[in-house]
Amino acid sequence: MTDIWVAAVVVLVALIVLTMVRLIAGPTVPDRVVALDAINTLTVAAMILLAVIYEQIIFVDVAIVYALLSFVGTLFIAKYIGGELGQ
Amino acid sequence: MIADTIILVCIAIGLVFNTLGVIGILRFPDVYTRLHAETKTTTFGTIFLSLAVIVYAISRLLSDGDAQFLTLSVHTFVALIALAFTNATGAHAIARAAHRSGQVPSPAVIDRYSEGDA
Repeated sequence: MTDIWVAAVVVLVALIVLTMVRLIAGPTVPDRVVALDAINTLTVAAMILLAVIYEQIIFVDVAIVYALLSFVGTLFIAKYIGGELGQ
Repeated sequence: MIADTIILVCIAIGLVFNTLGVIGILRFPDVYTRLHAETKTTTFGTIFLSLAVIVYAISRLLSDGDAQFLTLSVHTFVALIALAFTNATGAHAIARAAHRSGQVPSPAVIDRYSEGDA
């Protein structure tokens, strides 16, 4: 049963690496922000699955905090590229 | 064991949708279509991966009676709620910022959003 979770995490990590192609090569800044947002979501999913694999519930708490903090980071980057931060 | 089947199906759905989202990011032509592909599919896929963990925790709780699996299921549900709400809001903010920074959809003819109060 553990093999299934490990395989899922491996697939998720491969997807994160694929998304990094867009993060590095994205032609414009909003493209990179979209890729970063996808990486954050996939990382939260991987952390939740790692909590099952290692049987450490603290990993899920880390995933919650990571989701909320990455949301704040995304909002700040969006404000910055929209030119809405105070001068 | 029916719980194992449900977990397998949920993980398969989650991985398929996450993969579709990443393919969309790599293949679509401009920011708005990439955002469209990425946000919905990765949120949906991650929700199903979390549901797999919740089903696993509940089945272990029912078979073993260990209280830590109740904690695991509740915390995973909190993470799921946080993810679902923040992803939708973040996608909206990114789309607004992309429009404000001067990006237009490539075949666009009419831009009602900038005709308004902007």
